[in-house]
Amino acid sequence: MYYIFDGTYYGWLTCVFEAFERKEFEARPISVNRYIPDMFAVDRTITTSTDKAMRVSKGLAMRLDKKSRMDFYRAFLFEDEAVWQASFYLCIEIFRGNTAILSNYGNDAVLKFSEALHKVSRERHRMKAFVRFQRAADGMFFAVLEPDFNVLPLIITFFRNRYTDQPWIIYDLKRKYGVYWDKIRVTEVQLNEGDSTAMMQSSTVVSLDTQEEYYTNLWQQYFKSTNIKARRNMKLHMRHVPKRYWKYLPEKQFGNIKS
Amino acid sequence: MDRLEEKLKILADAAKYDVSCSSSGSKRKNVGGIGDASSSGICHTYTEDGRCVSLLKILLTNHCIYDCAFCVSRKSNDIQRAAFTVEEVVKLTMNFYRRNYIEGLFLSSGIFKNADYTMERLLKIVKKLRLEERYNGYIHLKTIPGASDEMIREAGLYVDRMSINLEMPTEKGLQLMAPEKDHESVKKPLHFINQEIQSLKQESKLIKHKPSFVPAGQSTQMVIGATPENDFEIMSVADTFYKDYNLKRVYYSGYIPIQNDHSLLPQIGSKPPLVRENRLYQTDWLLRFYGFQLDEILNPTFQHLDLEIDPKLSWALRNPHVFPVDINTADYKMIIRIPGVGRQSALKIIQARKFGRLHEYQVKKMGIAFNRARHFMRCADSPFQLGYTSMEAVRAKIVQKNPAKAAIVNSSQLNLFS
Repeated sequence: MYYIFDGTYYGWLTCVFEAFERKEFEARPISVNRYIPDMFAVDRTITTSTDKAMRVSKGLAMRLDKKSRMDFYRAFLFEDEAVWQASFYLCIEIFRGNTAILSNYGNDAVLKFSEALHKVSRERHRMKAFVRFQRAADGMFFAVLEPDFNVLPLIITFFRNRYTDQPWIIYDLKRKYGVYWDKIRVTEVQLNEGDSTAMMQSSTVVSLDTQEEYYTNLWQQYFKSTNIKARRNMKLHMRHVPKRYWKYLPEKQFGNIKS
Repeated sequence: MDRLEEKLKILADAAKYDVSCSSSGSKRKNVGGIGDASSSGICHTYTEDGRCVSLLKILLTNHCIYDCAFCVSRKSNDIQRAAFTVEEVVKLTMNFYRRNYIEGLFLSSGIFKNADYTMERLLKIVKKLRLEERYNGYIHLKTIPGASDEMIREAGLYVDRMSINLEMPTEKGLQLMAPEKDHESVKKPLHFINQEIQSLKQESKLIKHKPSFVPAGQSTQMVIGATPENDFEIMSVADTFYKDYNLKRVYYSGYIPIQNDHSLLPQIGSKPPLVRENRLYQTDWLLRFYGFQLDEILNPTFQHLDLEIDPKLSWALRNPHVFPVDINTADYKMIIRIPGVGRQSALKIIQARKFGRLHEYQVKKMGIAFNRARHFMRCADSPFQLGYTSMEAVRAKIVQKNPAKAAIVNSSQLNLFS
C-alpha cells in the first residue's frame, strides 16, 4: 500500500496519523512527484492536515527528547523514499511503545535512519562552510547553492546569528527557493526562472559592488599563497572539497587568477 | 599586482608553515555586531595540500630580528619583505569574513624592533576589530615571546586562542637551529596565560559575568624531522606540555626544507616526513581521547613509531594477552582499544547490545574497520578459534589486505586524519 503525500514534512507526519487511523502499518509513504503508478500496487492519496501532523508531532514530543524528535525532521530532509520508509517504521514502533528503538544500531531501519542523519548533518556543515556571499551594488549579500539534501532550513539560524548586521539571500537553485534576511526577520523567497538564472551568472546580470571583484581576487591570491606545494595531496583535497561544490567557490575558479 | 595583493601573497606565504588552523573551542556570541564563533569550528575550504583553511592566516610582517635556521623569515634570508598596516589587516579580515570565506583571523608576526613593540601592534589590530568593527568572530593570536605580562593579559581579553611555538621538540634541538632562543621564553607566557585562565575559572564560580579570557585556550607547535629527536622524545615533550599548561592542542609540523646553507638541516628536495607526522597525530589522539598512557605506546625500549601501521594496532600486536575483546560484555574503555574501532562505533555497540547479543554482520555496519578489528574482537557468532594465531601473522594479514597504505609509506603521500 503506497501512501501518496505532497512531499512536505507535514504531509509525511499525516501519513503516520493515517496509518494508525486505518491500521495500515505496512504502508509506504511516497511523495506525489516521485510516485510512478504501479498496476499491481494499491495506493491511497493522503491529504496533508496540519491538525493531524501536529498531533503526531506532539505525540513524538511526549515520547522522545527534543533532539530525537528533530531527527525525524532532519532525516525527512534527506528526500529519499527508503529513508522516509525507515523513519515511518521507526515512528510507528515508537508510538507502539518501543521508544528505545532509536539506539538499537543492530536494526537495519535504525542504521538507515542514522546514516541519513549523518549525511544530512555533513551536508549542513558543508553548506555553513561553502556558502560564498557576493556583495551587490545595493549592499545585499547573496549566495547560491545546490546542496545534495534539502538542508537550507537547517542553516538559517547559523547565518542569522552570524551575519546579523548585513542583509543576505541564500538561494537553493536545485529546489528553487531561498531565504532572505532583511536585518529584522527571515522570509522565504522564490524567484522566477529568469531571475534565478541571473543569480547563477551573477556577475553578468546582477550589478555587483565595485569592490567585489577586488576581494574575490584577493581571496584567490590568499588561497594560492597559503598552499604548501611540497605537501601537495590532491586526493585529500578532492575528498574534502568534492568537485560538485566547485561551481560556487571563487577559490576554485582559476580562470582569472594571476600568479 | 595591487600592493595589498602583493603583501597578502608574501605574508600569507610566510605564515603558512604554522599548521594550526583550528577555529574550534570558543563560544563567543554575536553581541550587536557581526560574527560569532562556532564551537565545533568550520573549515571553509581546503588547499591543494589537503589542509583545512579556516582562518585568514597571515603575518603582520616578515621583517624579523632573529635568525632561526628553520624559519623562512629569518634575518639572513634574502626574500621579499613586507608589512601590513593595521587598517589593511582589519579591512581584509572584515571583507573576507562578510563573504563567509573565513571563520576568523590567525595573526602572527616576525619580531621587529622588540617584543613589546610587536605585541602592541598586534593588540591594536585585535582591539580595532573587536571595538570599532564590532567583530565577534574567531581570533587566534600568536604570543610574542618576551612581551610584557600586561600586554599579554590585555590581548587575552579580546582573542579566542593564543599560541606560542616550541619550534624544536627539545632545548638541545632549538640550540642548534636558533641559538638566540630557548624553551624558557615559551614556557613563561604559556604558564602565565594558563594561570590567568585557571584563576578566572575559580573566580567565575563566585561572579556572574566573568570576562572572557582566551576562551579557546592555548596551543603550540613542534617542527618534526629538522632535528634528530625521536618519537618518544617528541611525545614526552607533548605529554608534559598537555599536562603542565592544559594545552588544547600540540601541532606537529613535518619540516619542509627551505634552505641548503645549513649542514644539519634536511636539504631542499628531500621529502617532508608526512607519514611520521600522521603517526604522531594518531598517538596524540590516543593519549587525549582513547585513555592511553604515553608509556603504553612509546617508552625507552620502544622509541620509534611504526610507520607501516597505526600506533593503536602496533600497541595491540605487542599486547596479545588482552585480546580478543568480547564486544558483548567488555566495557567502553576496552572496546575503544580494539584496532579499527573508533569512539562513535564503540558508543553504538554499547547502546545496541542492550537489545540483544551482537553478531558480526551487525557490527560490520556500524562503521568500524572490520579488516583490522576482526582479529581483536569476538562477536556472538565469532567462530571459536582453535590454536593460536601469532601476532606476526595477524600483522602480515592486515598489511597485505591494505597494500595501498604500504605504498603510501614509501611515496610519502598520505591522507592526514583519515
